[in-house]
Amino acid sequence: MKYVDEFRDPALVGAVAHEIARAADPQRHYRIMEVCGGHTHAIYRHGLKDVLPPNIELVHGPGCPVCVLPMGRVDDGLSIVDNSDVIMTAFGDMMRVPGTKGTPLEYKARGADVRMVYSPLDALRIAQANPSRHVYFFAIGFETTAPSTALTLMRAKALGVRNFSVFCNHVTIVPAIRAILDSPDMRLDGFVGPGHVSTVIGCRPYEFIAHNYRKPVVVSGFEPLDILESVLMILHQLAAGESKVENQYRRIVPWEGNLPALKAMTEVFELRPYFEWRGLGFISQSALRLSTAYASFDSEVQFEVPGVRVTDPKAAQCGEVLKGVLKPVQCKLFGKECNPEHPIGALMVSSEGACAAYYRYVHHGEPVSA
Amino acid sequence: MDTLERPATRPVRFNDPQVEMAHGAGGKVTRRLIEGLIAPLLANPALDPLSDSAICEIEGVRFATTADAFVVKPLRFPGGSIGELAVNGTVNDLAVAAARPIALMATFILEAGLPGDVLRFEVEALAQAARRAGVAVIGGDTKVVEHGMADGMYISTFGVGQLDARAHLDAKSVRSGDSVLVTGPIGDHGITILLARGELDLEAALVSDTRPLTPLAAALLDAAAPGLRWMRDPTRGGVATALNELARDCRLAVVLQEESIPVRNEVRGACEILGLDPLHIANEGQLLAVVSAEHSDAALAALRGVAGGEQASVIGEIREGPSATVLAVSGYGGSRVIDMLVGDPLPRIC
Repeated sequence: MKYVDEFRDPALVGAVAHEIARAADPQRHYRIMEVCGGHTHAIYRHGLKDVLPPNIELVHGPGCPVCVLPMGRVDDGLSIVDNSDVIMTAFGDMMRVPGTKGTPLEYKARGADVRMVYSPLDALRIAQANPSRHVYFFAIGFETTAPSTALTLMRAKALGVRNFSVFCNHVTIVPAIRAILDSPDMRLDGFVGPGHVSTVIGCRPYEFIAHNYRKPVVVSGFEPLDILESVLMILHQLAAGESKVENQYRRIVPWEGNLPALKAMTEVFELRPYFEWRGLGFISQSALRLSTAYASFDSEVQFEVPGVRVTDPKAAQCGEVLKGVLKPVQCKLFGKECNPEHPIGALMVSSEGACAAYYRYVHHGEPVSA
Repeated sequence: MDTLERPATRPVRFNDPQVEMAHGAGGKVTRRLIEGLIAPLLANPALDPLSDSAICEIEGVRFATTADAFVVKPLRFPGGSIGELAVNGTVNDLAVAAARPIALMATFILEAGLPGDVLRFEVEALAQAARRAGVAVIGGDTKVVEHGMADGMYISTFGVGQLDARAHLDAKSVRSGDSVLVTGPIGDHGITILLARGELDLEAALVSDTRPLTPLAAALLDAAAPGLRWMRDPTRGGVATALNELARDCRLAVVLQEESIPVRNEVRGACEILGLDPLHIANEGQLLAVVSAEHSDAALAALRGVAGGEQASVIGEIREGPSATVLAVSGYGGSRVIDMLVGDPLPRIC
């Protein structure tokens, strides 16, 4: 399959793995954070740990949209569909995320009208097809998905659709990375930078990591060769004593980002003064809400939501896992009370969540030879 | 640090407060429904193996019996329709038990308002599929429910077949070193249905693989009966779920070579875009078999000699450990666990 197979080529993967082994200092232990949950998933899905030397540790970052969503926000979002004549729409990722009174799928099984969509534009189409009902989109995601929400809202406004709104949980990646860098229990040598987010925001926003915190950042694609090449580029920077932002994912990511997408976001959204992140707490200017011009499309304006904070179960250590302090398997609940069928924390839900990826793909003990 | 100890299989219990779509998906939640609620309440020696067909003996002749139900949405899809699926699905449950289908029964649950020509089309499709599979439909029932209660129509079936005396299929007879075979490309049916619903802006020239597996099962028995240990048609939950059940029942490891698993580019592409794994996607015309190493070549040649079996492949082997686990190894040596399906990406696939 084109654009996939060439990035999984066994000979090339072997060659890059060999280069990595040569570039890594055997006396040193490397901790490299992949910020993006898509990378976490790919690393496990492709078994990349089996090809990396043991002294290179990949640490999972906070870039999983449903994982960082606190339960109170899930409850707020689900409270809207308790109104009859309301249709909730959401990405598939959201459907199994537990709120206090169940997941969206469980709401659906009890009779609520909850529909999975692959694009917010589909949610808008559902609103147009059901003019007598209110349709809201439970929006989640970093800058990757925010532009599509923005464009959908611009279209809804242009078309004069009145029965559509967005429950906005879009967050921004840079404040989260900064929070991790400022976290006292964090020791990292470099970052595999997010690929999809960077298609929108470009590479420049990461420069503070290289300049102020002196850590290499390499924006990376998602195939095995992409991730391995990015690790190699980080090792080369570390060996040369450098810290700069590099772009491995040049075939997709423009250095300056996607200007029309950024413009759409600026028109539709404004920064919230602060927002709660699961595991990371309140981070200032880290999330988006609809601007005043779009207030009539804001679910939080249209409907009253409880806005209650819900603390995570004490034993769950989602926060530590999200920050990369703990491996999923080190959490007391991992694989026991918390498993993909009965997730307690959202990291066990999303395919991009470190715990779900770990549970699904990591096997006992020794690597299996081909 | 990275070692994940999977607990030994323990009895499952059904304490779920309500039925979810996932209870019908064929994966872990379905297992909880069947093994945690239905099987314990009905327990008896014929039921307890919980295989695709139940084996019963009448005056020295051993029969396989099976029941199935079809709720696929939409009723018609590229490559087939509910009537054809009902016959093939039932026949295939018998075929993988090494039984030659003898007779079927079919019950139609119809919704008021179903157009007469739609019903006629499906009964004709069912009749034609039965002729193709060489099996008679000898009875059944019809029921009608209010408009909006059955999405057009559902079909429920019962089938009986005579067991092939040469076959000794049992997951517990599987040994380390045995080969795992599949009869052709996987995932066609599930992805076809998904695309046929028209909810995604995706198109592909793909048709369902629904077909009777009897010729393929017969070829395996002719060529490799003494070494044939286990057969299954990987429908809901896909190859991953069928092989996990095998791994659990034989307490061994199933190790797949990812690159030798036949998957059409259209299916791989759709799965890449949608974040699905072809190993979790339903098939309606593929057969998985475990064959002893010495019979592996003969079994593969026999399958490839049957029309529609040209792409049959050895996709992996049985190893001692890790116990009760399915693994896939990539061409460059990365390995991952293949778990059973959790949740339900594609409801009402058959």
